[in-house]
Amino acid sequence: MTAADEALERVTQVPGVRGSLLISVDDGLVVAERLMEGIDGRAVAALAASLVQRLGRATGGAGLQSPKFVHLRGNAGSVLAARGRDDLVLVAVVDPDANVGRARIEMLDAVGHLA
Amino acid sequence: MTDDIRTLTARVAEEPSSLAFLELGEALRRRGQLEAAYKVARGGLARYPALADAHDLVARILGDQGDLAGAFDAWVEALRLDPMRIGALKGIAFLYFRAGDVPAALGHLQRAAEIDPDDGSIVQAIARIRQATQAEPQDRVGDTQGNGYVAHPPALPDSATRAEAGQGAFLPDSDTGDHGSMLVDANGLRLSGTVRSPANEDVGDRVAAELAGVSKEAARTSRLLGLGIWQAIAVEAPDWNLFLVAPTPDTLLLTVGESSLPMARLALVADRAAREAREWLEQHA
Repeated sequence: MTAADEALERVTQVPGVRGSLLISVDDGLVVAERLMEGIDGRAVAALAASLVQRLGRATGGAGLQSPKFVHLRGNAGSVLAARGRDDLVLVAVVDPDANVGRARIEMLDAVGHLA
Repeated sequence: MTDDIRTLTARVAEEPSSLAFLELGEALRRRGQLEAAYKVARGGLARYPALADAHDLVARILGDQGDLAGAFDAWVEALRLDPMRIGALKGIAFLYFRAGDVPAALGHLQRAAEIDPDDGSIVQAIARIRQATQAEPQDRVGDTQGNGYVAHPPALPDSATRAEAGQGAFLPDSDTGDHGSMLVDANGLRLSGTVRSPANEDVGDRVAAELAGVSKEAARTSRLLGLGIWQAIAVEAPDWNLFLVAPTPDTLLLTVGESSLPMARLALVADRAAREAREWLEQHA
């Protein structure tokens, strides 16, 4: 099992996580994914990459470093993104009642182990 | 649990009659553990009902919890026990100002300044009240029920009280770890407030411009991924946390806090600021 697969497995084991994927934020492409049926990985990758990039520009404008974790909360679920090395971002789509705190910890730890 | 809280907890447990509960309660409050802080403070107050410090601590915690009436009562009691207590004078001044009673607010601050003429924060607070009431009277709504929106409030007793009370929503507060809030329109223009960089530069316009499309982007992402209507975006940067909410469909409110401020607490601050922003927008429409 690759480091990417291990990262995805850790995250998807958290209750309420519908799926996770590793993306390249620069081009919005999927590097690896583990998603429930019905979730379009390419759409998640493109949208999450775009959002992370835009927020990165906003934090850059404020003289802050790039975001390490982003949580977009909707009334029917959330998307979480943890920035890893280079341009890799670990993304998870979660239910509204998911344990976001645990998912966050797993994601930040997992991206730390990615090469 | 951090080492200092662990140590203080052990001290209080070993010696329940000691005054270590004051430090413990304050440490818990600063970490945002308000319920625990309140329990500790109430426990200490039960032992020392005539201790002004204990009432002052309870007031700060209640202020953080948004119970401003309770905070007022506790500060009044602290002041009754110790008429020279500057923290209580500043706290009451803030609450009067929030309620629209500027003379009472100034009176308490002036009394504090007489007690400690070297305290620059009091002088600044007096100046800010005068400036706010003279330069921008339209930004103050005289609501004696305490619901008035105040665009430029005076300095509060501490950052947590001010932040949790929802005041200073559009003010930077670089001396207390809160780097400000800012309301931005759909075109990336700043409506109110600002944000300061770690180097204390005003970067409001630059950040506002970058935030222009965030609301649409969030709405699009949320819709396409089946997340419903987007409600908030929490952003963790290495040194700072940011929280974005949309008070109205055409505006975005950014709140920035130090990373030591728990994200859930920053979310509470942002929610309250959003409510005030909605009121402000209605008044300035």
